[in-house]
Amino acid sequence: MTKIAQTKVSRRTVVGTSLAAGGMAIGVGAGGITTALAQKVLADAATGAEVSAWVVIAPDDTVTIRVARSEMGQGTLTGLCQLVAEELECDWKKVKAEYPTPGQNLARNRVWGDMSTGGSRGIRGSQDYVRQGGAAARQMLLQAAANRWKVPVEELTVRDSVVSHTKSNRQTTYGKLVADASKLPVPDLKTIKLKDPKDWKLIGKAGVKRLDTAGKLNGSQVYAIDVKLPGMLTATIMDAPVFGNKLKSYDEAKVKAMPGIKGVYKVGDTAVAVVADTFWQAKKGLDALNPTWDESANNKVSSESIAEILTAGLASTEGVFVGNKGGDADAGIAGAAKKITAIYGSPFWNHATMEPMNCTAKWTADKCEVWVATQNGDASLAACAEAAGLKPAQCEVYKYHLGGGFGRRGQQDYTTKAVLLAKQLPGVPVKTIWTREEDMRQGKFRPVSQCKLEAGLDAQGNITGFKMRIAGPSILASVAPSRMGPGGSDPIAFQGLIAEGPEGHLGYDIPNRTIDYAMRNLHVPVSFWRGVNANQNAVYVECFIDELAKEAGQDPLAFRRKMLAKSPKHLAILNAVADKIGWEKSPPPTGVSRGIAQFMCYGSYIAAAAEVSVSDRGKLKVHRLVMGTDPGYAVNPGQIEAQVQGSVAYGLGASFYQKITIKDGRVVEENFDTYESMRLEDFPKIETVLQASGGFWGGVGEPTICVATPAVLNAIFAATGKPVRTLPLRDLKLRA
Amino acid sequence: MARLNLNGKTLDVKVDGDTPLLWTIREQAGLTGTKYGCGVGQCGACAVHINGELQRSCSIAIKDIKPTDKIVTIEGLSPTSSTAVQKAWAAVDVPQCGYCQSGQIMAATALLAKKPKPTDADIDAAMTNICRCGTYQRIRAAVHMAADMKKA
Repeated sequence: MTKIAQTKVSRRTVVGTSLAAGGMAIGVGAGGITTALAQKVLADAATGAEVSAWVVIAPDDTVTIRVARSEMGQGTLTGLCQLVAEELECDWKKVKAEYPTPGQNLARNRVWGDMSTGGSRGIRGSQDYVRQGGAAARQMLLQAAANRWKVPVEELTVRDSVVSHTKSNRQTTYGKLVADASKLPVPDLKTIKLKDPKDWKLIGKAGVKRLDTAGKLNGSQVYAIDVKLPGMLTATIMDAPVFGNKLKSYDEAKVKAMPGIKGVYKVGDTAVAVVADTFWQAKKGLDALNPTWDESANNKVSSESIAEILTAGLASTEGVFVGNKGGDADAGIAGAAKKITAIYGSPFWNHATMEPMNCTAKWTADKCEVWVATQNGDASLAACAEAAGLKPAQCEVYKYHLGGGFGRRGQQDYTTKAVLLAKQLPGVPVKTIWTREEDMRQGKFRPVSQCKLEAGLDAQGNITGFKMRIAGPSILASVAPSRMGPGGSDPIAFQGLIAEGPEGHLGYDIPNRTIDYAMRNLHVPVSFWRGVNANQNAVYVECFIDELAKEAGQDPLAFRRKMLAKSPKHLAILNAVADKIGWEKSPPPTGVSRGIAQFMCYGSYIAAAAEVSVSDRGKLKVHRLVMGTDPGYAVNPGQIEAQVQGSVAYGLGASFYQKITIKDGRVVEENFDTYESMRLEDFPKIETVLQASGGFWGGVGEPTICVATPAVLNAIFAATGKPVRTLPLRDLKLRA
Repeated sequence: MARLNLNGKTLDVKVDGDTPLLWTIREQAGLTGTKYGCGVGQCGACAVHINGELQRSCSIAIKDIKPTDKIVTIEGLSPTSSTAVQKAWAAVDVPQCGYCQSGQIMAATALLAKKPKPTDADIDAAMTNICRCGTYQRIRAAVHMAADMKKA
């Protein structure tokens, strides 16, 4: 059987390294990038196939576009290629994509810029320079034609990779010009004039399909977990279930005698791995290993003890940071006709990507390579080098499409552990696959939090004062302390809540307001989870706004509108979803209630409107869900629609079912039986309103996630008269 | 030692009897289109057909497989993606990250073999695989499209 596996490896290697018609073609879908290919990319400028760093053209007119960001399902690979191709004026039908490696990026003075893929920044964070890269290549190709025909470049036209000189009735294609073009100097990017958006043909066009679908239909797409290398061993690992506790003992002798086991290795101070011929042998070994860990104070931590810390934080003056303050909230509330207070809460959530964490590493004394699914190739390279004890220039990272990211694969703990293990088996490629249980136990969770909201209303139902206190652990303190703000603050805590700013600000005009944050860091690691803090911040604000509207005796839409007069884009997308669901024009069917919500984050304006019913026995059904987004420019409307739908499954699914409980310092929910995911039967039909107003570049992958839940919760509130202040819904009785 | 009938080919594998079919397919046969997601039969990423029935291969031990059992994996459907389900999946642009889609396609194929014209309720009942990207709306559309293609 080994024979078959090895045949597979060599076949893939041959397929992967064959050069398509003289050009360099590494299909991202064809099985990743081998070392030989990585060197090929670097050598490529000399072969004459690379025009600009972003564009490689083969004699048969195949255009390979380099994509620095990572594809995890969000469609960034296709969108970024559209941006390049728009300026390049190439034949879209012949476009392929490939990942340059982080090692090449380093060696070439970071010519591909930032490789990190998060914060819904893939397109908006690189749209300018990737379009310039496409335009530069076009200019070089046209100049090559002008030189060949000895005509002024201004007389040439190009469409779909065909260059024409009408006066002399001559035509040629990019594939025939690439050898000459690659010898020309790359134009200064600052001198490049990009197309006016009104002239775009490919950007914003409906019906542009993804470039990475074919391999996902027949099992041929190779993910990191599928990597096969000659002589490779497979490992599985267990880290301290109580985060940070030191590894104490394990039954090494017993496990080493089991079939296929190659060894048992400590990984750092806290983890242990079993290495074997196959995953199942490694897993059986780990199951028999009986590892124990030292105890610490963290063993006493529970969800209840964490809740006590957060509740105390709601009333504390210590460790508190102010995010948005205007006027005098206390005085405004003190003099109000009506005073309203509510306490909300949100649980830890795990990312639970479909593909569990895994990484293959091969270490020698002067080189270390990793094969990995990563949201941040640069960070993977840095983690590899640090764990390997080598310089980054001695390391290389081969990126694979991610079987889900959602923020989890921005953290590199799984890369670090794989390298620390491989370092103990020099020259042997070791693939470390985490079990689902390990993936769940060693999460980097969406932070738990509580929020106290207080407001005053005057006799006309206007807000006279608004206070919002969030208490919870800080993401930056947990995973990126170097990015913390002044005085050790975490500006991300205030996502969507600040007074001004293009990334996301509170649209409501509330003169007397204080929004602050009691940072309460815990031993449970927290990190970026699709939508990040906008998820709970939007629930807190938008559900409380509905509570206030009810107290004021006003319609939730009208109540919002009067506070959004100075925020026209917030208002426009709110109105768009209200129109679509028929908020003012047609009442909902009997027994059905409506809810609405709006927010701004990741540079985009979003809103949602829901129709739900809650049965007498408290069973919830979502009948309609209208999701609106204004991301400024829309690159691929079909993929925006897909992201909107996906954000609902991920975010609303979490609100329905998910919480991570901490007991005796460790995670309780270890698999999908206790950490339920939204499935098809629960998925409401989504009506997407894409209202791209132009003039700015907003994110797509995350923003809408944060409005689905509050729209549904507000519809439940309208149905039952009882506000929903905690999640998941599974744990609640919606009707008393 | 066990003998498998995998995608129409006979394959002798040397694994312990408790090894799940999933890992035998992935590590012994070298077919990696069938995915590991949960290992406890919850997510469906490992779905295969055994004698035409949809099965979660992570939860079937190799000792419980008979040499005559016809096992079909995603690779065994059509390498050129020419089945109605695969064509519909492409036309609707269903996959996002794609990791669960082998299992989704196997589930949809098994559904249509039994119910050539499934209702939404049939799809709800049969398509229980988890997709963390949330491609459900397009999966539903693609199942209906594939049913129409097969009818035509």
